[in-house]
Amino acid sequence: MSHDHSLNPETMPHNPEKATLEGKNKFLGLWFFLGGETVLFASLFGTYLALKNSTAGGPSSEELFGLELVFIMTMLLLTSSLTSVYAMYHMKNNDFKKMQLWLGITGLLGLAFLSLEIYEFYHYIHEYGFTFRSSAFGSAFYTLVGFHGGHVLFGLCWLTAIMVRNAKRGLNLYNAPKFNTFSLYWHFIDVVWVFIFTVVYLMGKVG
Amino acid sequence: MANNTNTGNFDSFHKQKHKDEMVKQLITFALMIVFTLIAFVVVLTGVDKIFAIPLLLLLAVVQVAFQFYYFMHMKDAGHEMPSLMIYGGIGAAIVTILALTLIIWW
Repeated sequence: MSHDHSLNPETMPHNPEKATLEGKNKFLGLWFFLGGETVLFASLFGTYLALKNSTAGGPSSEELFGLELVFIMTMLLLTSSLTSVYAMYHMKNNDFKKMQLWLGITGLLGLAFLSLEIYEFYHYIHEYGFTFRSSAFGSAFYTLVGFHGGHVLFGLCWLTAIMVRNAKRGLNLYNAPKFNTFSLYWHFIDVVWVFIFTVVYLMGKVG
Repeated sequence: MANNTNTGNFDSFHKQKHKDEMVKQLITFALMIVFTLIAFVVVLTGVDKIFAIPLLLLLAVVQVAFQFYYFMHMKDAGHEMPSLMIYGGIGAAIVTILALTLIIWW
């Protein structure tokens, strides 16, 4: 076996992402982080629910939100969750190129989602004059949805970094946990979005 | 080799196992799309909010459970600590949301 523990089909452990102690620790550490993130987003959701009717005479959620854009964004992020599952499938089959390909597709879908979110915010600000400072509703909305968008942006930077950094290394026991950790984080972003489109957009339309 | 004690032959058995797992993931994805569509249809058809809001929340919880248990593999063995952490987080999250909303509704 080579010095950098590169994998080949003969020496492939069944779960390369958890075959080393470092891999196991990364896995536990990320879940610990996600538990904390859950509470962080809960505080933002709680704030939003408490303040969503405080529009200060500005547009309400029923007037503001368009479901077409939100539907497309939801499909993009949901699909990117599946493509990162595909990437991990190829990682477990020790197929580095296909893993990189599916991670790349995941990144592009994430980028498309982020672009639509920026367009959405731009639209609210220019068409409705609805900004962070318009009302308590505005502050709570942009903080919650923007914080999620910030997580997507961070995820994209993270993905780019590990894809570029490991492009020539191939898959090994040192970087397999890194890819797996990223994929768990990316799924969690989708988990948060499920609640955002439900609580903010759909419930905002219902009233 | 010394650092790689978990070695096993990467045989067709495991490839098949990964394939079977992937089929489950695809079914999960299809169901999540269906739940999303139901949620949007509920809102577009203008169902009364007394029914709509609990239904929307239920659909979201089911989707998130699929995401955790299938996409993030919480159903697999060796996920006791992740379950503890995420359920701990969810517990604190529920209390946080209740506290913040009750302050306003009181």
